[in-house]
Amino acid sequence: MAAKFFDEIWGYSRGRKPRPGFEEIAHWIRSTPKKEMRRRQDSAEAAFRQLGITFNVYGEDEEAERIIPFDIVPRVFAADEWARLSEGLEQRVNALNAFLVDVYNDRKILADGVVPSDLVLGNPGFTPAVNGIRPPHGVFAHIAGIDMVRTGPDEFYVLEDNARTPSGVSYMLENREAMLRLCPELFEMFEVEPVDRYTDALREMMQSVAPESAPKDPVCVILTPGHFNSAFYEHSFLADNLGIELVEAADLIVDDDIVWMRTIGGRKRVDVIYRRIDDDFLDPLVFRPDSMLGVPGLMAAYFAGNVTIINAPGGGIADDKAIYSYMPEIVKYYTGEEAKLPNVETWRCREPDALKYVLENMADLVVKKVDGSGGYGMLVGPSATSEEVDEFKKAVKANPNGYIAQPTLALSTVPTLGEKGVKGRHVDFRPFVLSGANGVETVKGGLTRVALREGSLVVNSSQGGGTKDSLVLRPPRDQKQSQSQDGRSQSQSQAKGGS
Amino acid sequence: MMLARTASYLYWIGRYMERAEFTARLVEATVRLDALSARPAGEGAWASALSVASAKEDYEATGESITPSNVANYLTLSESNSNSIRNCLYNARMNARAVRTALTREGWESINRAWLALRDRSATGGAQSTINLVDELKAEIRGFEGAMHRMLRQDKHWMLRLGAAIERADNTARLIDVKYHLILPEGEEIGGVIDRDQWGTILQTVSANTAFRWLYRDGLSPGRVVEMLTLRRELPRSLACCVEEVTEILDEIGQETGFQGEADRMARLRHKRLTGTKVGDIIRGGLHEFLQAFITENRLLSQAISRQFRFD
Repeated sequence: MAAKFFDEIWGYSRGRKPRPGFEEIAHWIRSTPKKEMRRRQDSAEAAFRQLGITFNVYGEDEEAERIIPFDIVPRVFAADEWARLSEGLEQRVNALNAFLVDVYNDRKILADGVVPSDLVLGNPGFTPAVNGIRPPHGVFAHIAGIDMVRTGPDEFYVLEDNARTPSGVSYMLENREAMLRLCPELFEMFEVEPVDRYTDALREMMQSVAPESAPKDPVCVILTPGHFNSAFYEHSFLADNLGIELVEAADLIVDDDIVWMRTIGGRKRVDVIYRRIDDDFLDPLVFRPDSMLGVPGLMAAYFAGNVTIINAPGGGIADDKAIYSYMPEIVKYYTGEEAKLPNVETWRCREPDALKYVLENMADLVVKKVDGSGGYGMLVGPSATSEEVDEFKKAVKANPNGYIAQPTLALSTVPTLGEKGVKGRHVDFRPFVLSGANGVETVKGGLTRVALREGSLVVNSSQGGGTKDSLVLRPPRDQKQSQSQDGRSQSQSQAKGGS
Repeated sequence: MMLARTASYLYWIGRYMERAEFTARLVEATVRLDALSARPAGEGAWASALSVASAKEDYEATGESITPSNVANYLTLSESNSNSIRNCLYNARMNARAVRTALTREGWESINRAWLALRDRSATGGAQSTINLVDELKAEIRGFEGAMHRMLRQDKHWMLRLGAAIERADNTARLIDVKYHLILPEGEEIGGVIDRDQWGTILQTVSANTAFRWLYRDGLSPGRVVEMLTLRRELPRSLACCVEEVTEILDEIGQETGFQGEADRMARLRHKRLTGTKVGDIIRGGLHEFLQAFITENRLLSQAISRQFRFD
């Protein structure tokens, strides 16, 4: 009997026969003693703790620093799988950026009736403050994290777009460091695309989008809410790897629409800010007046064109799950092509027929708040109690505009080390797409999140999920090209004495 | 040019780590003195350790009796003692966490590891396990120093070392001051066995036993120990060496920022004054007065540093 879920190594064979191209990794999983795997996994987690790669769970003691569990069995993408994925990702991110520029400026897509005006203009994610603003180089979502799921050999779906401040990239990089150290044999077995290109790509992108007035070597900084933030490790990790300052709001001052940072030698002008603070808290003069994390006057400097903010304020509209449901139309509208990456089928509860369907079938559906994230404010019908379903029905009826619903997906599994050996566990995937003045780039890798509990479909770290390294394999090379051509070894013709 | 906030955190990491190390050495040397002397000096050793750590009054307020394990616990693990090794490492780690980009990975890891080694300990245990714990902590703190010296020799490096040098000056001054005034039990003579043990303990606290033999071929005497700890530039923990280091570090920072200020002037003045001082002058004018004036001046210099580099 075929397995119910697609496994990324074993296909539907229930562990009998690996998919073509995955024989070696399957052999590695089979032949590596579980005790050895456990030892390596413990060693990786001990290293993460020492490094302090921790996150704080909201609602717990501020000092409750936890590490996200790390799984030693990697996920593997074949080169052709990756090629299709990254084409689709780049197409989607290009469309997202075009959409954001359009809705804050000409609003052609609304005039043409492709997306309903009221859905955009009345959306809590729509930011009137940036109306008429075109960010430098027309990029809103400089760093996009596109959440993907897989249900079959060729079935990849986009689950969510994150155009605000997607996190998790430090895990992509640190997980790889751990794997290189602990499982070097895997990297002898395969040629794996490196992920450390990410920090260079990020630096190049940041410099490319600096305001025109900035010097050739613009001053870039990362703005963090501070070291009690759950993602602080990542903020400091990135600043360190980019070789730029990690600033808090108190380190910045705005004077005459120019942003400065306070240094021991006086103030220094700032050109590009990669902020890890939500729009709401960015500038108390424009957004929430009670924000202690923000920089008064920052938005004025932005409007004056004196500073670039990454990601640009206002991008949250693209994260909205109701807007998401229009992405296939949005992609087609701006790129003229069909979307290469499909959406998950989505019922918008704002539409009466859809609402009726959702209320009738809620126990089989996943229901989400349009502006929710992190696994909060969502109902997984099949695993919910009937009381929970009833409660959600009430909430949806009271505010249909606030919800969408999707079918429960048969998420793919990846072999994962558990208490009782290596078993398939459900995963999702977040690749990171960078957009700058020089185009769009997807670093070959990403964050694979895994639901460690058997049968669980919720992968969020706040709900007990873990992470895995995601290996993207290099395309197989043909024999001729694999000959050394760097002039450091004897060529064939010389060896034979020539003619 | 580094952020003023970063500078302030680094300076305090330097101070807290140095204080943690000094306290660890103090505990180690006291355990030793206590063990060496089956005489009343044993108890006196722990009382004077509290004075060196300027914790005597706070300790008395806890109402605990002065026993080796009580005091070792108080200096090492106590949460209520703001200068315990635990609290020094906690503070260093919180500062380091906030500015970890300014530290190397090794630098951060050694602070974090030292903290993790201590976090869950509730008692130091007997003499042997106290020594083991202190050894472990000293090794981690040395790891931090090693990491610090491999940092880029830029403003961040200098700021850490500046904090450490200011703290070291303060610690050494307190150490000499307390031991010099330690009252010998009745009937013991100056230069007797207990007295010698106590001076030996001072040297051990600053790892200067061997150094003393190299610098002075003659026997241990209070005057020579005082001279070595205050005026000999060869000894890394002497006041003279710390004072010189502070001046040099401020110079390095000034070259990078292009500014000098009040802190530079104070440091240079102090350096010049100490260079012209002889141990006879110090003893004649009163060692205690000299050390108290030094500690006060050091505190004022630290305040000038905070102002000059815009710490708040």
